[in-house]
Amino acid sequence: MSAPTTRRIEFIAVAVIATLLIVVFPLLNSTGVISNFTLNLWGKYLCYALLAISVDLLWGYTGLLSLGQALFFSLGGYMLGMHLMRMIGDLGQYRKPIPDFLIFLGWTELPTFWKPFSSFPFAAAMVILLPGLVALIFGFLAFRSRIKGVYFSILTQALTYGGSLMFFRNDMLMGGNNGFTDYKFLLGADVRDASTQRALFIATAVTLVLVYLGCSWLSRTKLGLIQRAIRDGENRVLFSGYAAAGFKLFIFVVAALIASVGGALYVPQVGIINPSEMTPDKSLEAVVWVAVGGRGTLVGPVVGAIVVNALKSWATRAYPDLWLFFLGGMFIIVVLFLPGGIVSIPVRIKTWWARRAAANAATSAPVAP
Amino acid sequence: MNFFNRTVRLLAFAALTLGFVAHAADSARAIIAKAALAETLAQRVETITSLLGSGDESIAGLLAAWKEDALFVYTAPDGSKIPVQLYGDKDDKDSQTATRVDSGKPLLSPAGKPLRLVASELSAVEHTSALRRAMKAVLDLLDLSTPDLKKRISAIQTLGFAQDAEKLAALQARQKIESVPSAQLALREAIALIGLKDASPEVKLASLNELAALHTIGSADALKAALADAEAAHHPSLAAAARLALNAVDSHLTTVNFFGTLFRGLSLGSILLVVALGLAITFGLMGVINMAHGEMIAVGAYTTYVVQNIFGTGLALSPFGFSFHLPGMNTGGWLYESYFIFALPLSFLSAALVGIAMERAVIQWLYRRPLESLLATWGVSLFLQQFFRRVFGSNNVQVSSPSYLSDNWTFNDIIFGWNRVFVIGFAGLIVLGVWLVLTRTSLGLLIRAVMQNRNMAACMGVRTERVNMLTFGLGSGLAGLAGAFLSQIGNVGPSLGQSYIVDCFMTVVVGGVGNLPGTVVSAFGIGLADQSLQQILLNPVLGKITVLVAIILFLQWRPAGIFVTKSRSLEG
Repeated sequence: MSAPTTRRIEFIAVAVIATLLIVVFPLLNSTGVISNFTLNLWGKYLCYALLAISVDLLWGYTGLLSLGQALFFSLGGYMLGMHLMRMIGDLGQYRKPIPDFLIFLGWTELPTFWKPFSSFPFAAAMVILLPGLVALIFGFLAFRSRIKGVYFSILTQALTYGGSLMFFRNDMLMGGNNGFTDYKFLLGADVRDASTQRALFIATAVTLVLVYLGCSWLSRTKLGLIQRAIRDGENRVLFSGYAAAGFKLFIFVVAALIASVGGALYVPQVGIINPSEMTPDKSLEAVVWVAVGGRGTLVGPVVGAIVVNALKSWATRAYPDLWLFFLGGMFIIVVLFLPGGIVSIPVRIKTWWARRAAANAATSAPVAP
Repeated sequence: MNFFNRTVRLLAFAALTLGFVAHAADSARAIIAKAALAETLAQRVETITSLLGSGDESIAGLLAAWKEDALFVYTAPDGSKIPVQLYGDKDDKDSQTATRVDSGKPLLSPAGKPLRLVASELSAVEHTSALRRAMKAVLDLLDLSTPDLKKRISAIQTLGFAQDAEKLAALQARQKIESVPSAQLALREAIALIGLKDASPEVKLASLNELAALHTIGSADALKAALADAEAAHHPSLAAAARLALNAVDSHLTTVNFFGTLFRGLSLGSILLVVALGLAITFGLMGVINMAHGEMIAVGAYTTYVVQNIFGTGLALSPFGFSFHLPGMNTGGWLYESYFIFALPLSFLSAALVGIAMERAVIQWLYRRPLESLLATWGVSLFLQQFFRRVFGSNNVQVSSPSYLSDNWTFNDIIFGWNRVFVIGFAGLIVLGVWLVLTRTSLGLLIRAVMQNRNMAACMGVRTERVNMLTFGLGSGLAGLAGAFLSQIGNVGPSLGQSYIVDCFMTVVVGGVGNLPGTVVSAFGIGLADQSLQQILLNPVLGKITVLVAIILFLQWRPAGIFVTKSRSLEG
């Protein structure tokens, strides 16, 4: 198969899936074929797919295993969550114009840093700015001192851990361990309404398709080439005169933004955000999706996020006690026996088939007289 | 009221000066019996008051019984009256066991058999509010004379903080006969504290000077109050003395906090060292990112739990639908307390075996793929966590500390918990042990050879596979030992390991990977920094976050940790 043909097949596949997600699913939902619950669940999977792409962009394409993506995901979620909390207005338990947990902590008026979040554009800008800034500062420090490989993983893990510790505190004024929940309105629409949820699903699907196309384009540019070169031999890239740190920082920030947007879309659909979304475990779970789906490809993370989470939804209901055994076992098996993930299965079968055919041909070939 | 108080005080004096002589003759029980039989109220009050200052153990129970109408007067067939206490379960005739108040022995019939009496047929000994007040005065001072030193000191301190002038006489009387120095100090403090409320400025001044000399932490609040009073009363010399005393307390507090922080930092450092040392071997020397290291710690902790239960009453487990009962040896006393000594080697062994099994099953295929060893071992960690949940339940299990680990020394107001002291000492021993193994044994030589250059070692005929396995076992075993210790300090639960894993990695990375002395230095450094920051910021979580940020910044300055293993290899 030549490169243009592959491209065309990929394009057609993306177009079909995009139409399915953006047009067909919501249509089926509005006619009642797909239940609201299912659509909501799939909306959640698609948000996870965004998180998985951000992990893969770093791990699969640049060789940086970041365990901090859950932090960016939840930071994005928290930023939009703050706006959603403001939109509750005085419909909370205490019937006061500020969020319930602040009243619980003894506040009578809004803390200053909460005030601008009443405006949606500000909150939306913060979804991009805050995680972007955190990633920029951390990435700058980490890449400048050439922290790489395992050390990068451990440091990002510590970053997430520190973040979760911070958000667990009540005096952070971000809801403590209960986080934010009980949202009412988003952009004037009732978030619990089926039509709002449908709109959110469409928005998530559109974002996912755009991110997919963007990343796919990025991987074909020269920058994508350098990205993979850094993964395969960072020293050679350095010796060829490229400032690897700058490229890595750029990718790190882009990945953080993708995760953050995923988080911001996740919160109104799931209806809650709390610091347990931020723990290193959640990052590692996202890494499992990528590993299971197939890293180093863009389809892999999406497939992995959907398959693993669909499995989780089913297994946690059917075998709640065994789910973690299952997840752990799946992880070990994929790492040991299927490093390429699910998407590599067709290729593996094909090579296995070809090898078998070759072996057959060799044995059955007539021996020259 | 005032009249009564004065009477009690006078009586107290009389009792304390004269009463001690009487005590030698009459036991506390005899006195109470006498009071119960006394004819007039005044006599009763007087007799009870004569108990002031006595520390006899029977007083509390008898007076409580009296107040609850459970003290009766029994008229014997010969007409003599005997005060008795009834207790125990009522039988079908409503009768109960009777004991004589004066001797504590069962009441006997003339034939010599124990008598059972019915409460409703007897008359309870009366008590009036005056009598109850006299009793309370006795009870308040009861603990002052108890032979239990800790209880006595705490009673003295309670009286001092109450600053009740009425209790002064009793304290002073006690001061004359108290022989234990620490109780003497407490008495001086208490008397001085009460002196702060005295009407005369001279006594106040003397008390303030005394408190300045004693500079006890507990007196700070009373001193602040005294300072405020002195300022309100425009009494400059008193205010100055109060300020001096407060300064003395403050500077003492600073010293105590400093050394307390130092001690806590050292103890946290030792904990970090003990938990991270195993990781320094598996991660530092072997390069395996063992995310299941925390679960190895938990294996050690659960082993301690199981050993404890085997020494005790046994343990019923029901994992995966099976249920079985581990028989217990039902030991008690010192043998039960020694369970921890047996648990230490067993937790090392069990964690080492789990580690070796894990190395054989998973890790041996991943030596060339470090990032993937991170993922696979995380899978193992999830697996083990769920396993703990299924076997031991998802709640924390109770591991009780043996008595030789659960007490503490208080030296100059700084508290040294024995378990913490033990951890510090034990960390030293483990480091010494590991150092000896690595430098003085042939296994250590092989370990170092394989870690330095695996291929070369293999060429020289070293069975690298076996060395890998044993090294991993050693690292995991050390984690198990750490778990045995953590079981004495904190909770043991399925997610025990999770709370330490990030700290472990931080300690190893800061120390310099592959460098054991670096791990020691960084463990103590992080421990001290953490505790000092907690002390300064007054917030444990904020302190921890600051430490994490500090570590990230520190790695800017020394990316390869405190001690760098020098290498000419580009990838280092």
